[in-house]
Amino acid sequence: MTASLMGPPDPSGRFGSFGGRFVPESLVPACGELERAFAEAWGDPGFHAELDAVLRDYGGRPTPVTECRRLSERLGVRLLLKREDLAHTGSHKLNNVVGQALLARRMGKRRLVAETGAGQHGVAAATAAALFGMDCLVFMGAVDMDRQALNVFRMELLGAEVQGVESGSRTLKDAVNEALRYWVAEVEDTHYCIGSVMGPHPYPYMVREFQRVVGTEARRQCRELLGADPSWVVACVGGGSNAAGTFAGFVDSGAALVGVEAAGGAAMGHGVPGVVHGMKSFLMQDEAGQIAEAESISAGLDYPGIGPEHAHLAEVGRARYEQATDAEVLEAFALLARTEGIIPALEPAHALAWVVREAGKAIALGDTVLVTLSGRGDKDVAQVRELLS
Amino acid sequence: MSTAPARLEGRLESHLRHRRHEGRKLLVPYVTAGMRPDWLHVVRAVVAAGADAVEIGIPFSDPMIDGPIVQAASHAALERGTTPAAVLEALSGADVEVPLCVMTYYNVVFRAGTRRFASSLAEAGVAGAIVPDLPLEEAGEWCADAGDAGVATVLLVAPSTSEERAARIAARSRGFVYGVGRMGVTGERAQLATSALEVARRVRRVTDVPVCIGIGISTAEQAREVCAEADGVVVGSALVRRLLDGAPADEAAGFVAELRHALDET
Repeated sequence: MTASLMGPPDPSGRFGSFGGRFVPESLVPACGELERAFAEAWGDPGFHAELDAVLRDYGGRPTPVTECRRLSERLGVRLLLKREDLAHTGSHKLNNVVGQALLARRMGKRRLVAETGAGQHGVAAATAAALFGMDCLVFMGAVDMDRQALNVFRMELLGAEVQGVESGSRTLKDAVNEALRYWVAEVEDTHYCIGSVMGPHPYPYMVREFQRVVGTEARRQCRELLGADPSWVVACVGGGSNAAGTFAGFVDSGAALVGVEAAGGAAMGHGVPGVVHGMKSFLMQDEAGQIAEAESISAGLDYPGIGPEHAHLAEVGRARYEQATDAEVLEAFALLARTEGIIPALEPAHALAWVVREAGKAIALGDTVLVTLSGRGDKDVAQVRELLS
Repeated sequence: MSTAPARLEGRLESHLRHRRHEGRKLLVPYVTAGMRPDWLHVVRAVVAAGADAVEIGIPFSDPMIDGPIVQAASHAALERGTTPAAVLEALSGADVEVPLCVMTYYNVVFRAGTRRFASSLAEAGVAGAIVPDLPLEEAGEWCADAGDAGVATVLLVAPSTSEERAARIAARSRGFVYGVGRMGVTGERAQLATSALEVARRVRRVTDVPVCIGIGISTAEQAREVCAEADGVVVGSALVRRLLDGAPADEAAGFVAELRHALDET
């Protein structure tokens, strides 16, 4: 395997030809400041010690890997789940926000601003802000606020202010725009806590490093359980942070890496290269370059772009990107609940849906498959109830 | 400047330098193309009212540096089916006596291809381009292709830009240097930010390319105030709001005439 894959990007923030820093001049100095602060912190054992301690004592890490005996038998493959649903706040998002909040504090910023789609990142950011005594402002598309009303209330309980976004498609991409606009005006004392491996350099790199813990733990746990690496490593992809963190642990293994997009929000599946939200990557867009609106049952995957490093992993052939439809996702959601007693979030149900579909086809019978279960499904139960009735 | 001998000013810059030389403060109104059916008529009307150049917004779905007013105009333009090609076709027949400078986001440029987009601007008679999400480090390819096509790339200097960096940006900027008047998105403000004057001074210390200040310049008084330090102003949201509110073209042009009058008194 190529040693340079999933290392630092080049000095311009590029992974191959993707990434970069396409932001207004007003934000260029702030991105540079963040890049330097992260490089310094990430090279400081004291920072790692503090981050690891919070993730362990507060966040519940390491999360376990669970072998799915009944579902494995049914599918004819050996299925393991990396249980990010068991981390505090119910998803992998905490890994990233704790890292960014500690970094923000180190930089002397007293406020976090975040975008959120399904609300998982917003809840995590609000949690970190409460833990470290910082202010938190979360931008959320008005459509998503309706779909995820309970998470809005959670964020407010945690002391965050949630601001609805009425512009554009009123979903995740518009929440990112609004958070960026806010950041331009308040950059002096505010850190923009991006929720995925997207945005201008250094965010895609920094967020992947903060999520690397998922893959590092899982690699070790798979070896303990299997005595070897799995044949397949599968994760859902919206912006792609849980997939990036997982893949980082396995990129130098023999495992096939698979990212699963929502069929209605498939930047790799339906997109072409473009530039938005500070990065060059694959984007769903029209002939004139207007960004398309993603449409999926999962608010967390309703994003027309994808992190630039995924575009690079696809380009060099180290990872492949597949899709799951809403119907397949609902089926996998119910299947995992009935066979294993685990209700997954709709986002990782995409990864499961692909495994269910491909077991015995792309995935040979008897193969070992690790799926990152990036979050728990409590937030989605009301929506799924409506969809199934 | 050391690069002066090889430096091609281009039509936009020589026009603005000439006007400045005549002792005139520069006025660059902004209009979002396609925001309403008579937008081209509005462009002609603001030229007649005393604009020295006009900034034409090519609408983009995700205008990151724009506030609610320009967002609304962009949204209206896209709802009306406005495309970059249609805007350029309209501009090629505009027949106005001052240079036109388009403003759009980089994805519109990148999707078309930098070389193709640059030549399509030149063919439409457009003299310059402002691409606000393309900072100095990312601008090389576009600046080269635009330069080859004879299109000036106007780069931005912000309140957060150091003087050393401002010098590098100014050395690369053509037409004028766009001084960002305040940290934040486009929009009207009750008062002129002190950062607007500081940015103008900072740019003037490092270049003799004309510097126009935009973002947060909404009244004749603010325009006059900032031109104590700057060569001119870009006025967008204050004009676009009037157009969104349904002001007829000549009424909107009346606002531009008011700005012109204020600048001529300085």
